[in-house]
Amino acid sequence: MKTKLGVAAGALGLALVPFALSSYQLGLLTKMLIFALFAMSLDLVLGYGGLPSLGHAAYFGVGAYTVGLLALRVIDNFWIDFGAGLVAAAVTAALFGLLALRARGAYLLMITLALAQVLWGIAFGWRWLTGGDDGLPGVPRPSAGLPWSLAGGLAYYYFVLVVFLAVTAALWIVVRSPFGMALIGIRESERRMEVLGYDTWRYKYAAFVLAGVVAGLSGNLYVYYNGFVSPAYLSIVFSAMVLIMVILGGAGTLLGPALGGAIIVLLENVVSSSTERWLTVLGVIYVVVTLFAPAGIMGFLMNMGGPYGSPHTPPTRGELPTVPTLPARGESPTIRNV
Amino acid sequence: MTFWTIQTLNGVSFGMLLFLLAAGLSLIFGLMRILNLAHGSYYLLGAYVALSVMNVSGSFVVAAAAGIAAVVVLGIVMERVFLRRLPPREELPQALLTFGFLLIVGDLSLAYWGGGPQTLPKPEFLELPVRVGPVMFPAYRLFVIGVGALVGVSLWFLQERTRLGAMLRAAIDDADIARATGIDVSRLSTGVFAFGAALAALGGIIAGPLLGVYPGADFEILLLAFVVVIVGGLGSLKGAFFGGLLIGLLDNFGKALFPQLAMFTIFAPMAIILAVRPSGLFGSR
Amino acid sequence: MSALAVQELTHDFGGLRALDGVTFEVAEGERLVILGPNGAGKTTLFNVITGLLTPASGRITLFGRDVTRLATHRRARLGLGRTFQVTTLFPRLTVLESVLLAVQGSDSARFTLHRPITGFPRLYARAEQLLADWSLTERRHVRTRELSYGEQRQLELLLALAAEPRVLLLDEPTAGLSPAETASVAEMIRRFPRDVTILLIEHDMDVALALAERLIVLHYGRVVAAGPRDEIKGDPRVAEIYLGVEES
Repeated sequence: MKTKLGVAAGALGLALVPFALSSYQLGLLTKMLIFALFAMSLDLVLGYGGLPSLGHAAYFGVGAYTVGLLALRVIDNFWIDFGAGLVAAAVTAALFGLLALRARGAYLLMITLALAQVLWGIAFGWRWLTGGDDGLPGVPRPSAGLPWSLAGGLAYYYFVLVVFLAVTAALWIVVRSPFGMALIGIRESERRMEVLGYDTWRYKYAAFVLAGVVAGLSGNLYVYYNGFVSPAYLSIVFSAMVLIMVILGGAGTLLGPALGGAIIVLLENVVSSSTERWLTVLGVIYVVVTLFAPAGIMGFLMNMGGPYGSPHTPPTRGELPTVPTLPARGESPTIRNV
Repeated sequence: MTFWTIQTLNGVSFGMLLFLLAAGLSLIFGLMRILNLAHGSYYLLGAYVALSVMNVSGSFVVAAAAGIAAVVVLGIVMERVFLRRLPPREELPQALLTFGFLLIVGDLSLAYWGGGPQTLPKPEFLELPVRVGPVMFPAYRLFVIGVGALVGVSLWFLQERTRLGAMLRAAIDDADIARATGIDVSRLSTGVFAFGAALAALGGIIAGPLLGVYPGADFEILLLAFVVVIVGGLGSLKGAFFGGLLIGLLDNFGKALFPQLAMFTIFAPMAIILAVRPSGLFGSR
Repeated sequence: MSALAVQELTHDFGGLRALDGVTFEVAEGERLVILGPNGAGKTTLFNVITGLLTPASGRITLFGRDVTRLATHRRARLGLGRTFQVTTLFPRLTVLESVLLAVQGSDSARFTLHRPITGFPRLYARAEQLLADWSLTERRHVRTRELSYGEQRQLELLLALAAEPRVLLLDEPTAGLSPAETASVAEMIRRFPRDVTILLIEHDMDVALALAERLIVLHYGRVVAAGPRDEIKGDPRVAEIYLGVEES
């Protein structure tokens, strides 16, 4: 109940806050929501499925490039471009998943990195299609094909907010569904899941593709937001940045990575305005988070006051915080009669 | 005819550079299960430090020694002060920590050495071309190949024929048992880490006169080294050597023959190898 | 028809022959104990039967169906369950969540992703029933890693049972337990449904002899003796191989 109230309050706050913000701040908030989505998409595979990836920018970038190219060169229609962006991201994830998911651990990290790098190479080298390292400037905000234009900052913010809330709700259901539970089980012990009759590969693959689609979605939103797409969207720096967003927030929770995404975007904005050394600061964040806060912000909060933060269960180092706890169904009437 | 000879020579010399990088990555991973993304930094920093020392001292050998020393210190600090604090055998925290170093070193180098590409001067005695039969070879390329081959042979000898190598193999096989038989695995780990860093720095330094040194070179070389390791097999010296040669040649001919698709000539074989042998050509599974 | 039959099963680790032409059958509902010193190939045998390892040669049939090339989860779905010698549980999940996962594995809901698991009362009902049957209801909201070792071994058994197996392979369920805990785990196994065929690897002779109807003895990857309990008990070869190993 408390959670529901909190969620409703949060959504209401996000809906009302534009009236208190300057247009610059509103733009920043829009970007924070987009990257919160991006981080949550990676969390689905990393936090719930236990599958790390150093190439998650691939799907973000493919979504962004697809929308950008179609809007600039083929047809400026929101439904076609947006849909195509999602399909392209899904196809990319489906293909990469086939190659990458045979590996684990360090190999999985390297392979996802190398595969994403192929796309970076194409974006960088194939100039007549992608504009090379100049990228594709001038992508218009969505308006064609829609009942009203999303070109204005406020309209676009509400569009992003609606998508964000809808996808967050969908992910919330997915990670609590039998599928999501099985995914968590695979993270905890894949072997046990196999002997319990689960086709673990199918779960991992489905989660991988789903995460790719949501990453593509955030890429779609971002190219409209920025009006620009460049090979940087596919780069290892981007992939590693979304990883640290997830870890900073707390892998294995939905709220944590969303928070992590928003925080990193905000920090980048603040730091970049005062120094050119943002990447150094980002590097220090990597070091500090991995050394001192491996369970992230959510892990920290839960250990402070959560039900499992009692003294006899010291959190183990380098561990994910907690898994979504199921509602205590033991108390429900359907069960009591058993 | 000369096109093929020269391109092959270039490919082999680039392959040897990649081998220097991949060998360190592979050794470190084999012993400590650390995926060291900061390996690219070692390459970059080695070259930059050598460049600065070269400008002062004028001696390539002194510059190379200084570059390697600086990187070895960085490697030891990373291993002893930072990586030791992480839970063992978990790839992701290590990857993130070392990626942090990759960013920091890259960004601070940009601040200190600037954004333009710079070239390390060749040692004088390697300036002139060498005539082999009817063809003139650039001496420096032959020198790079020689260094790579020398390192390869020494590493092989070290690992297979010496007491240190036997200890190393035992520790890679099973660190606990090695510890029980009195091998100081902790010191061995630091040593291997420093040695791997030194190889990467050496790679950066001898690449300096050929490829130059510039911001972003750390990422470029790291990615290629990864491809080598994926193709050759993580933890395998043989894999690093032959993988390096293969990728060096593919990269070179790819760039020369199909400049627009250069990436494909490297990544397409990688994807095929992944699909057929997920643990690489010489990887164990 | 036998519940499980293996024929001429062979498996190598590197140059080492871990299984060397193992052949035996288990009848439906039978309780068979597999004896043998450490390194005899007992766990390897279980890994091959469940498909975690692929045999070099030989044939495995489950209720008359050849499963030699089948994936592990497919065998599980045909009714093959197991426990592990080294506890293999879900450390960060609660007891209830773990049992839910085990129950869900044989339920059509297991691929559903558009409804929270709370929308499937039948899964909860089954899980709660199992917890009640095996006196774990009080512990259902405790995280697995916070259970005592004895409780973890019990949960290991419960998860295997929750999947409704027809053939159950138990790999040293009492390893590392105190005498009291051993007794309660042995009692738990005795109370398993009679129609479940059980193969048990057990070092504790008392437990083994109390549960077994038939025994086979594995040594260096070969079956060196097989027969009804009382026959094997008196077999001098068994005593020779087996005695003295029990202490290790």
